[in-house]
Amino acid sequence: MATKVVMEALSPTMEEGRLVKWSKNEGDQIKSGDVLAEVETDKAVMELVARGDGVLRKRLANEGDASPVGTLLAVIAAPDENIDSIVGAAAPAGGAAPAAKSDTAAQSPAPNKTVADTKETAGASAVPQTPAQSQGEASTPPQQKTSSAPSAPPARPAAPRPPSPPAAPRGNGSSRPSAPQAGGRQRSSPLARRLASERGIQLGGIQGSGPGGRILKRDIENAKATGAASGRSAAAERLAAEGDFKDVALTQIRKTIARRLSESNGPVPTFFLTAEFDATRAAELRSQLAEMGDEYKASFNDIVIKAVALALAEHPEINAHWLADKIRQFNRIHVAMAVAVEDGLITPVLFDADRMTLWEISAKARELAKKARERKLVPEEYTGSTFSVSNLGMFGIDQFTAIINPPEAGILAIGGVEQKPVVIDGQLEVRERMRVTMSCDHRVIDGAMGAKFLQTLQRYFENPISLLI
Amino acid sequence: MPVVTYRDALTQALREELQRDDTVFLMGEEVAQYNGAYKVSKGLLDEFGPMRIVDTPITELGFAGVGVGAAMVGLRPIVEFMTWNFALLALDEVVNAAAKMLYMSGGQYKMPMVFRGPNGAALQLAAQHSQAWESWLAHIPGLKVLTPGTPADAKGLLKSAIRDDNPVVFLEGEMLYNTKGEVPEGEHIVPIGVAELKREGDHCSIITHGKMVLVAMRVADDLAKEGINIDVVDLRTVRPMDVEAIARSVQKTNRAVVLEEGWEICGMGAQVVDFIQRECFDDLDAPVLRVHQEDVPMPYAKNLERAAKPDAGKTVAAIKKVMYLD
Repeated sequence: MATKVVMEALSPTMEEGRLVKWSKNEGDQIKSGDVLAEVETDKAVMELVARGDGVLRKRLANEGDASPVGTLLAVIAAPDENIDSIVGAAAPAGGAAPAAKSDTAAQSPAPNKTVADTKETAGASAVPQTPAQSQGEASTPPQQKTSSAPSAPPARPAAPRPPSPPAAPRGNGSSRPSAPQAGGRQRSSPLARRLASERGIQLGGIQGSGPGGRILKRDIENAKATGAASGRSAAAERLAAEGDFKDVALTQIRKTIARRLSESNGPVPTFFLTAEFDATRAAELRSQLAEMGDEYKASFNDIVIKAVALALAEHPEINAHWLADKIRQFNRIHVAMAVAVEDGLITPVLFDADRMTLWEISAKARELAKKARERKLVPEEYTGSTFSVSNLGMFGIDQFTAIINPPEAGILAIGGVEQKPVVIDGQLEVRERMRVTMSCDHRVIDGAMGAKFLQTLQRYFENPISLLI
Repeated sequence: MPVVTYRDALTQALREELQRDDTVFLMGEEVAQYNGAYKVSKGLLDEFGPMRIVDTPITELGFAGVGVGAAMVGLRPIVEFMTWNFALLALDEVVNAAAKMLYMSGGQYKMPMVFRGPNGAALQLAAQHSQAWESWLAHIPGLKVLTPGTPADAKGLLKSAIRDDNPVVFLEGEMLYNTKGEVPEGEHIVPIGVAELKREGDHCSIITHGKMVLVAMRVADDLAKEGINIDVVDLRTVRPMDVEAIARSVQKTNRAVVLEEGWEICGMGAQVVDFIQRECFDDLDAPVLRVHQEDVPMPYAKNLERAAKPDAGKTVAAIKKVMYLD
């Protein structure tokens, strides 16, 4: 039973991955679940694990190579198994997978030919072949099994619900009748396709456990559980799964606002609200906390996030997603914070930030920022936010505008805290001041609505004792 | 609630409807003096007399035609066929007369009559007398086709059939007459065209009707021991078919096995599968499979007859297949 190791979609948006490092050498014994390599996705460095047992017979990609999702990277097989046909199928294009696809497709006009080849080279011509074997080239599940052992029926995951009776060995003509598989088409049940589409899961990244590699409902559910291959809307799906939201139907005026402003101002019609907060008390709080010891330290950013979370709790209309046909207001508050990394940025999420203490926020934010810089965040950690905060204060920026991360309705840009002269009750005073700018999706948030949110935020931020109770 | 046999449930329905409406009468071979070939009309001659419980010659085409004529002039005949296997000659009256009358008379003649009798195989009655006819009859616009599988449904549906102003085909079973079940006394009506969820489960649906309901229930019991919970949808009426009940079940379980007594080609199950693929396409996690009689004339030999009939073993195998457990 040979297992093809392919570049898997390890993040929601991943289209290609760079093989950072092989963890196994050719000739190494491999068990399913072993880490084969580290792969850099568009967001993080992730582990590529084996989906089958055997010996790592052939590595087809070099460290540093970038390959599109689906590219054959290696072959795991029995020590004496002939893998020439599998390796050969990938060879002509020299690693450039899109070319490989068309080349090999051109070389095998009849889909069944591949089956025949595999049969011969696998040296098991008497075995009833499963259609999965013909899935060679096109967009394919991560690792296809190629059966060549008559005594071993394809292993399959146990059914999720009822206890699975022992799989009866099959053979002598009892194999399932199955239609010829056209050019590596991924089989899937209609229900699996519907669930995948509802949950934003790409079928291409899933190994089907049904006959002929058919993707079933249970495979979609497993994919969701592992988070692998989840698509762009997986976050929205997870939020929706929490069931803790209110969908607001679009009124006519809402629709008109959405349509007209989108025409005028790009797909997300954004406007900006800037306010200057007094940070004197927040600064005092910080120094008092610092005096208590390192474990009590909190940054301005932590204080802002806590204040934002509490303000959002009072303004569910801001804690919302624009879903084109409706606005979804969330009852739970998941605040994303933008973290700069070497070659871009990423937005890890503080889930239920309104329920976290300031110190919990502080500790979690530090942990997430560290993981982000080390590119160790997993997709569950950087998707699923309901509102975002971006802070450039530490770079000496006193004010800026941030770009909304759709489908969220807003993002708050935090400037640096600096001393400024302020007139208070007719007296000139030097105060710590901080400027914030909220970018608002006008389809969801109107000016006055956003302004009221900022007032609430100001109340919390300027009275930071409220953040501790 | 009293437990009575399927046979007695039918007798109750006949008696109550004969009492309720004096335009109702029963005719057929040996229904009167002999109390019916299967004793369904036991005691009715004594109670209602020879004008309303009428013995006929062995002339299915003839007395079916008499029934059509009686219905045209306002009576409510119940025509008993000793078995539907004997009714083929009478199908001209059923299909060309009864089923078409309202339509071809421009609505002038209603056809409030029932054709009833045992359908399908019993034991070792051989090829000519072991046939299930529901798919033939359900094919015909103008007919309603009822297939009760339990005593309660037999009583409730027969009363509905007798009161219906359209020709109703009522399919009983020789192997069902002695089966027992709780049957409500007195006015118990089962509406035509309404299926019943005989057992609830969320792993796989069995869609079935008539005699096969008993097989489905046995299968459900057996599989429950393995932790597999079956939704048993008893159609009860195969025309008109309660497609919403089918959809509800399949949308819940995402897989279905259709079990019927008759042959595969153009069988009732084909109609059910057609409906499922159209209305539940996005709910299916597996192809819908059918269990039915093998595509041969029913053998006489006991072992071959057993092999030819649909049964619990074949049904379990189909269920495991659609659940990817085989």
